[in-house]
Amino acid sequence: MARNSCILVLASVLLASIASICASAAIFNPISDAHRSAALEFFSPSDGSFGSLEETYEALRTFEVLGIEKEPIIRTSVCASVADTLSSTSSALKDLFQALRVNRILKCELNDKAFAGIVTRLKDSVNAANSLLDFYHSIGGLMLIKDQTSEVDAHLGDADRIFRSIKALSQSDGRWRYSSNNPESSTYAAGIALETLAGVVSLASSEIDHSLVATLKNDIMKLFDGVERYDDGACYFDEKFVDAHGHQDPLSASSSVVRGITAFATATGESLNLPGDKILGLAKFFLGIEIPGSAKDLYHQIDALACLENSRVSVPLILSLPATVLSVSRKDQLEVRVNTVLGFAAPPLSVKLKQIFSSGSKDASVVNQELKFDPERAVHVLEILPENVDVGKYIFSFEISLQDPEHKKRYMTGGRTKVPVYITGVIEVNNAEIAVLDSDIGSIELQKKLDLSGENDVALSANHLQKLKLSFQLNTPLGHTFKPHQVFLKLRHESGVEHIFVVGNSGKKFEIILDFLGLVEKFFYLSGKYDIQLTVGDSVMENSFLRPLGHVELDLPDAPEKATRPPPQPIDPYSRYGPKAEITHIFRAPEKRPPRELSLAFSGLVLLPFFGFLAGLLRLRANLKNFPRSTVPATFAILFHLGIASVLLLYALFWFKLDLFTTLKALGFLGIFLMFVGHRTLSHLASVSAKLKSA
Amino acid sequence: MGRSTTSKDAQALFHSLHSAYASTPTNLKIIDLYVMFAVVTAVIQVVYMAIVGSFPFNSFLSGVLSCVGTAVLAVCLRIQVNKENKEFKDLPPERAFADFVLCNLVLHLVIMNFLG
Repeated sequence: MARNSCILVLASVLLASIASICASAAIFNPISDAHRSAALEFFSPSDGSFGSLEETYEALRTFEVLGIEKEPIIRTSVCASVADTLSSTSSALKDLFQALRVNRILKCELNDKAFAGIVTRLKDSVNAANSLLDFYHSIGGLMLIKDQTSEVDAHLGDADRIFRSIKALSQSDGRWRYSSNNPESSTYAAGIALETLAGVVSLASSEIDHSLVATLKNDIMKLFDGVERYDDGACYFDEKFVDAHGHQDPLSASSSVVRGITAFATATGESLNLPGDKILGLAKFFLGIEIPGSAKDLYHQIDALACLENSRVSVPLILSLPATVLSVSRKDQLEVRVNTVLGFAAPPLSVKLKQIFSSGSKDASVVNQELKFDPERAVHVLEILPENVDVGKYIFSFEISLQDPEHKKRYMTGGRTKVPVYITGVIEVNNAEIAVLDSDIGSIELQKKLDLSGENDVALSANHLQKLKLSFQLNTPLGHTFKPHQVFLKLRHESGVEHIFVVGNSGKKFEIILDFLGLVEKFFYLSGKYDIQLTVGDSVMENSFLRPLGHVELDLPDAPEKATRPPPQPIDPYSRYGPKAEITHIFRAPEKRPPRELSLAFSGLVLLPFFGFLAGLLRLRANLKNFPRSTVPATFAILFHLGIASVLLLYALFWFKLDLFTTLKALGFLGIFLMFVGHRTLSHLASVSAKLKSA
Repeated sequence: MGRSTTSKDAQALFHSLHSAYASTPTNLKIIDLYVMFAVVTAVIQVVYMAIVGSFPFNSFLSGVLSCVGTAVLAVCLRIQVNKENKEFKDLPPERAFADFVLCNLVLHLVIMNFLG
């Protein structure tokens, strides 16, 4: 029990220290197989479909990015639904758009005529559109058709005018309104608008006015000025607008903006000059979510990361550590992995360990050590830890430098990456001793050496005029003094009363002196045997221990009248669920039985009168002459006797196994039979005797 | 002297009883024998109980009562069958026997139920 609670305390200390470090540095892992299995779990088709076309697109897009082959299962049914939607003249603009999006991935076989009809419809709706979503769906649809078929001309003639009418919905802070009569602005809408405008640019039959593009770039910069930032470097776009569809969360808003800017950068072919740390921050934001809780969130996360990975803006590279807990005792090597956000290999680069911050102090030691690349496992290895790295919590600062200058423009490494690292090790315990001192002069009465790495069982005795002294030293593998989180000395009286003391350290030594004179009151004047237990624990100490040292026999003065009583010991809450005392059942003692032989003898004896009866019958010359001779009465007489015999047999069966109801039922039938034959037999006998009499 | 007369008297009494009984019809004698058989069986069971104790009591009771009941019914049969009894002059012995059988069957149904 005490051991368990101590382990709990150690664990919570570890968690608390992890949490405190994560505030300044954090690890972001790229997309892994965990996301793939999560995707398969979230998007599982029922009855050959994923639900609506929008959900189908989200599922297919997520699978496409993650490289999961799942199309053939649902292809037939989804393609039928796509064809239905596209050929119907009454389907909504949004459904057309979703159907085209699904078709982009599935590439269903559709005829160009259908496309031609849709293109006219979409172009009409572009001209008639007055809300952002109408523009988005119709221009998005045209874009998709342009990509899917070359037969149909999807180009827009008056792109400038459309561009301007969409731009008219933008706000001064870079966000957008959904429609001109709705004053609320939204970040999610900004992303949609950027994506739509990118579509307009690529659909334009003639070059778009360059000043329009320039103002839009300005808008994007303003939008990025409003980005929110976490302590760990993750950036996101907050969404304050609440529309009819409900609140769009930061994830969908950020995802939408990322889609918008990457589409725009691709369409215009220009550099947007966006701050690299913000792009990297966005990537960190998406990765920091790890595995989202819903299918929609997973789609937003994966789609946005895929846009970042393939964008012309800049591709973020993510530095991650397979293990952040390293043991100096085991001589673990520091490994660093650099990937793109989707977990693909990064271009040739080198990783340098630049600085090491110790968690305790602000100052950093500059290292500037290059990590060795292991091409087989695609990790960068720091073979030997820097000399001054002892056990403890550190923040390692890495710098990624790309080897190819072309890559430097394209990839975004985000300067230095700070990663929390735990260095653990076996702590050496030295010079441990326990002593009883005389109070007045401080002379040593009794001193014993302790081996804190093994078992100890010292037996001490002291009175209230003496002192107990415990001292030991803790050294790290590098020989420095180690100060663990927890150093506790516990004295436990036989009655269960516990006293815990914190062992302080003076310089190199941990020492505690218990002056019993001052502690008499605290000990409730309880004399007797006290068990001594020492706890030394830290999250980076591999050999944290909780060890009984032995006991001390205390002789304390008698308690005065007014002394406080020791508190009642709490009942162990686990004992309530523990095994209860075994229930012993008291059975009635078996009755005394006679010896077997005696009972058998009497069974035989009971038969004797029967034989006597038979003998008597012989002596009286009893006979069966009265038994009817002629066939019919004889039959009835025999049946009568058989009937009586069967009733007796039935009784015997009743005794052995039948119950009363079965017996009575059978007895009823037998009784009627018996009455009938009995009546016949006896009346025959009566008539015979009457004849005899009369004769 | 007195003692020999008493024994002689007793002998004479027994003799007269025996000769009087000899004239009893055979069927009544059979019933008497049957009653004796039942009573002796009951006595043996009581002796057994006296030796080893009354457990299981219900089995003992049903055994003894079976015998006693049978004996009582047989006595009833004897009363009804006896020609000397004017009271039952009109009752044919076959009817009496039928009653005897019926009563025995009912009695033993109860006995079997009680036997345990």
